[in-house]
Order: sequence, then C-alpha cells, then structure tokens
Amino acid sequence: MATFFGEVLSVYSRAVEEDDEELDENEEDKEIRRELEEKREVKLHWSPEISESLTSGNQLQCSDFILAVGHNAARFLSVYVLTSENWDAVGHASMWNERSRPETGLTGGESACVFYRYKNNPSVLMCQVTCYVAEDQLFQWTEKVFGCLQWRQLNVTVLSDSSVAEYKTADYLCCSSAPFLRSLHTGAFHGQPVCRSLEQPNIITGLPAAVLNHCEVHRIATVVYQCYSDVTGPDSVTMETFKPALTKLGESIQLDPSPSIDILRKFARTTNIQSNLYI
Amino acid sequence: MFISSQNPPPCFKDFTLVMPAVAVGNVGQLAVDLILSTLKMKRVGYIHTDCLIPMTGNNPYATCNEDAEELHTPAEVYTATELKMAVLQIRAPIIQTKSKKFRQLLVSWIKTSGFSRTVVLSSSHAYQRDDQQMKGTPLRYLVTPSLLKDSAVALEELSWREMERVPAFPGLTDANTDPRLYVPGGGITKGLYMDSCAEDLPLAVLLLFCSEGDNIPDAFTLVNHLNDWLHLLENPSQKPNKWKIPTSWSLLFGSGIPPAMF
Repeated sequence: MATFFGEVLSVYSRAVEEDDEELDENEEDKEIRRELEEKREVKLHWSPEISESLTSGNQLQCSDFILAVGHNAARFLSVYVLTSENWDAVGHASMWNERSRPETGLTGGESACVFYRYKNNPSVLMCQVTCYVAEDQLFQWTEKVFGCLQWRQLNVTVLSDSSVAEYKTADYLCCSSAPFLRSLHTGAFHGQPVCRSLEQPNIITGLPAAVLNHCEVHRIATVVYQCYSDVTGPDSVTMETFKPALTKLGESIQLDPSPSIDILRKFARTTNIQSNLYI
Repeated sequence: MFISSQNPPPCFKDFTLVMPAVAVGNVGQLAVDLILSTLKMKRVGYIHTDCLIPMTGNNPYATCNEDAEELHTPAEVYTATELKMAVLQIRAPIIQTKSKKFRQLLVSWIKTSGFSRTVVLSSSHAYQRDDQQMKGTPLRYLVTPSLLKDSAVALEELSWREMERVPAFPGLTDANTDPRLYVPGGGITKGLYMDSCAEDLPLAVLLLFCSEGDNIPDAFTLVNHLNDWLHLLENPSQKPNKWKIPTSWSLLFGSGIPPAMF
C-alpha cells in the first residue's frame, strides 16, 4: 500500500486465500493433517506436586495471575520481581510452530514459557512468555492454562510489549513520548487502571488478546497493560514503564524498587549478539 | 460456540440474521459496522471459537467517553428486537485450516437459534469477473431453495441479478462439464451457501465485485442494496447520508503527519 507520500508500507493482503475447490482428501492427507495438528499442540508441564493435584481434579487455587508477554515485559518481571528469590518455578509450556528453533534440549528452567509460584502466598502465579505463539495456538494456550486455574476471585494482570509503530493516533507522536502504557480491561474488572485506556482504532492482538477474550467471555477480572516502545531490543527504560502496573499488586507480591546495576545489565544486554552487521 | 452476555439468554426465534463473510476488501464487515452503529444495536453475546485469530479493543461504536471503555471480541452478536433482527459481526480472519469447522459451527448455531432467514454480506475479486459479469451492476445475489420459496416475490420485485455460474474451463466447450459457482476471494461465502443448500437453511448471499483499497464506498453500496430489501432505514441514500460511520473507522490510512514536515 502506498501512502500519500509515496512510501510503501507492507500490509497483509485482505484478500482471502482461495479455498474454493474443496479437494477430496484421501486418508494420507488426513493423516498428515492430524500429525501436524498433534505436533502443534500446546503442552503444559507442571511440577509433580501440581500435576498430582490437577489429575485428582483440583484446579490450582489462584488469586492473582500475572502474565508477561514479550521480552521487555518478561525481563521486567525478572529484574523487579523474580530477583527476590521468593518464587518457585512450577511448570512450563512447550509448543512447536514454524518459528521454533530446532530442538536444543531445553529443560524446564530454560523454556520460553515458564510458570512461577510465590512462596509467601501460593495463590499468586506468574508466567513469562518470550516465545512466539502461533495464531492457531493462542486460543489453545489460553484454554489449557485457564483450565488449570480456579476462576473464582481470580484477578489477571497481563503485561505486554508492542512497537510504537503499531500505535495509531491523529496527533503526530513526538519521539520523546515513547515508551508509554495503555490499558484494556474486561467488563468484570472494577479497579482503576494505572494508565489511560487504549483508544480506538487501536486494537490488541496475540496472546494478550486471547487472554482478554477468554476472560471477557468467562467474566474474569482482567487488565492488560500494553507498553508501546520505540526500541527493538529489551532496554531498561521500557522495562521501567511497567512499574506502575505492578505497584497495584504491591500487597500480594514484593517489588524490588531499585534493582542492582548488575542485574539490570544482565537482562538489558543486547539480544542480537549474533548480528555481524557492524563487525 | 455462542455465549450469551445476558441473563436470560436472548431468543432469536424468527429473527433475521445479517452477517458478513470475511472477504476481499472487508466490504461485508464494513457494511455490518454501518448497520450496527446506525441502528445502535445491543450486544447480546459472543461467538467464542478457536477458528478466529484473537484480537480485541475498546468499543468500536463509541459515541461518548462514557461508553468508550467496553471490551469487544472477534465475533459478537447484536440484536434490534423491534426490527426482529440479529447481526453477527466478525472482526478477525478465520484460521485457514479451520474454515470448514467455522462454517459447521455457524450452520449449527443458525439452525438451533431458529432464525427465519440469514443474509450473508460478501464480496468477490473484481478482476476475476468474466465478460458477462463485467456488464452492468457489480451487485449479485444467491439464495438457497429454502429461502426462494418464501422470498421469490420480493426478489422478483427488486429485479436483482443472480450470481452467474461460470464455465469450469473458460474457452473450452465441453458438454460434460457443468458451469460452476465461483466466488474468488469470497472466503467462506461459497462453502456457507453450499452447506445451507444441503441443510435446507433459508440463506441469501448479497455480494459485490470489488478490489482492495479504500472500500468504504463499496460498503455503502452494499448496505444500501441490503436496505432495498430489508428496509432498515428510509431513503438512506438521500443526502446527508443517514448511515453513521463508527469511530473505529478513523485513521484507516495510518497516524497523523509530523507537523515539522511543512
């Protein structure tokens, strides 16, 4: 698509894939489809204690579920919350899709989607997601994870990253305004979000959207804080933007207000070390 | 599956259902947006399914600050009880491998809800028309035999053009191949129509040949065409335009321009 100024923007074609002739599938085609679907299935792996309780039909008692999607959101939790060492890794999710790296023998601790439980209050659960969850896996991920949690009195907080290029506004965004937060909440959420609500015509997609849809339909109090940043990699300024979002949860979890430089350096380190552009 | 947002759940018995097909230029979806925002219809539930790509946002039809903060999902059902009409809006693409499942879900929901008729608003690639289709109006319709029984007279009065069947192999004359129904770029349109014929559902498709770009004029054309049949508004094409453009249509061509450019 060309804009008024001639620059070319890449947009998805809104035309629909031709699916006109429904070819008669034979057994082999069906088998391949089935296998592919199985391969793309989202699998949850819980610690022995939790999986035992889940198999006996007890869902996890959960009052607060904090989900961080994206590198900045996940690292924000690593820097400001997880350093207190009051958290146990209790499970992880694994899934395969077209962007997955070849299997490198990841163990639970190194997985890109890990669940933590707070030692002082086991009903506080946290999850960091840094991997790509494909469009057809989003719904399944949400159904499976929320299937393990008890919904009553559940409060969900989602922190998520996005590029400022995705944010639409009639006023030109001055470069000093990013990063900034916007919120979106379900009808069952009755608190006061810590920032402005996401204005139309902006929308949210991906895992935060899947979680919001699920929670709206099932009437679970949920708020999403989306951070719009103009830096591509993880950086400390973007991470700090999330701080007000968690101060609300101050009673249930402990936030480290000023993390040490070493920890920040470790997590804000540039991600593309492999890049050989400027050698 | 349909999940009601109200208690008690709404009753759709003998209602007319209007829904879009996600197709070229999103014309059907835009037309449905115009209906919802103009008639100020009320949301009564969601179609919650894994067949659609998740997306969400605040109220697309907000008129003031008070009703702006309200979460909306990829597929929602609205009603206008006095018009005996329900509208399903679909805001996200269908996951490609799940389009058949989605069609089945819709057909079974339409059947169990007891809608008296269903109207699908759709579009098709303008560049794939054949010679006969290029003449005259770009609007076409399709009706299932079950709806034709009841609406034959009304359709005759409207003197609309039915979607032509095109030869399977243009240029080749083979007596053995029947002309076929072909809706390129129409998404689930053809499948939904065929399923409805097989299930004896009263369903009509109104479609428009168009190309991608600024499809707002196409949406007005399609919604006015629908109005000729259903009479939702009186004289909608009179100026000033009576269809109300929703707030979510703003900034379709991106954000504001840096003032320092001038």
